[in-house]
Amino acid sequence: MTYTTHSESGTEALGAEFAKTLPAGAVVALYGDLGCGKTAFVRGMARGMGIDCVVNSPTFTIVNEYLGGEMPLFHFDMYRLGGADELYDIGWEDYLGRGGVCAVEWSENVPGAFEGDEIAVRFEKTGENDRTITIEGGPLTC
Amino acid sequence: MNILAFESSCDETAAAVVADGRTILSNEIFSQVALHEIYGGVVPEIAARSHLEVISLLADRALEKAGLARADIDAVACTYAPGLIGAVLVGVNFAKSAALALDKPLIPVHHIRGHIAANYLAYPDLEPPFLCLAISGGNTMLVDVRGYTDMRILGQTRDDAAGECFDKSARVMGLGYPGGKPIDDLSKQGDDRAYDLPRPAVNDGNPYDMSFSGLKTAVVNIAHHAQQTDEALDKPGLAASLCRAVSETLVGRTMDAAKALGYRSIAVAGGVAANSRIRADFEAACRKAGRTLYVPPLRLCGDNAAMIGAQGYYEYLAGHIAGPDLNAYATMEI
Repeated sequence: MTYTTHSESGTEALGAEFAKTLPAGAVVALYGDLGCGKTAFVRGMARGMGIDCVVNSPTFTIVNEYLGGEMPLFHFDMYRLGGADELYDIGWEDYLGRGGVCAVEWSENVPGAFEGDEIAVRFEKTGENDRTITIEGGPLTC
Repeated sequence: MNILAFESSCDETAAAVVADGRTILSNEIFSQVALHEIYGGVVPEIAARSHLEVISLLADRALEKAGLARADIDAVACTYAPGLIGAVLVGVNFAKSAALALDKPLIPVHHIRGHIAANYLAYPDLEPPFLCLAISGGNTMLVDVRGYTDMRILGQTRDDAAGECFDKSARVMGLGYPGGKPIDDLSKQGDDRAYDLPRPAVNDGNPYDMSFSGLKTAVVNIAHHAQQTDEALDKPGLAASLCRAVSETLVGRTMDAAKALGYRSIAVAGGVAANSRIRADFEAACRKAGRTLYVPPLRLCGDNAAMIGAQGYYEYLAGHIAGPDLNAYATMEI
């Protein structure tokens, strides 16, 4: 399913709608270049999951944990990782078993990590503020 | 009081000994380079295991450099939040074991509190209250330091950290990682008005919150546009314009807060404090407003364990001691 947003807040709103349909244990793999709205989308996801805390970029820390909603949201950023092998080093498998949602920015850096169970969200910049967002494999269909 | 301190919340593994929260007796940091030298081969950049491999060695080296025996240590401190959980756990568990073995108190320290405390090591006369801007690759936070262990976040970034904005801009400009230094160097040859970059304002809610994602996106757009149209990119000009935009946002918010809260002392902490434009702008703004500026030297700006030892001393005085059930936390309010 493909969506078009025209602002950061539009991308955030789409993330919020999308997250409302997610089951515990869902892995959301985000793909797209710098400045495409991935973090804004995840901020929306947190709001959609009833989480009211600061959602900022986890590039440096690799993962931010957002608690306080019905289930936790684990916000990963693979920007600094060199490959799927390094997932072990960041404790990726431990997070999968914690009954929350994992949203993974820069999933292109860890090819083959998700074994096909993930929901892929692809971001494309189509104008200065316009983004085309394609969601594949998820429950949100309209 | 001699505190043996550990820091392992992200890429750096570090151990230090600090006396009375103010004097560095040793400050050992393990870099990737050193790791290569000792173990050889390729080590993943981010690995809890690499912390585990070097922390014991570092502890011994910190004691040796301090000229102390284990019996001279009065307490053990460690970063317990926030950070990459596997990495933080290594430091927490090692510190726990050390405290148990030495039969000394265990002191948990918040990483950002540690960054702020780096100023106590650099400036023996600095005491709270003061205002502190903590800026690094992972954090951009304006903190009201009311007391050594009493702090409130006044504002923070809603998206990217200031250092991350530099890193990612450097990437699209074809400069190295980390991007702070190359951008700083290049900016000195450029016109800071070459490009009209946005000053992302956060208009709703907290007046001290900041945003750097839009600035990053603007730099990406300029670089891509130049690529697509085959126009030459004025890299020094873009670097200078970027430094100016980041600096104006940081310095502006901080000076506004200092004025509103009536603070005479302003401290800066974290690796981005090394940026020469930000330093110069802070110096000028503080001179004009009659406020005193504190910026620690570069070696204390990045992640290190001495800052944890400094803050650990004040946490100890406040009675913030942990038992053997201390846990590590990925996320925690200051």
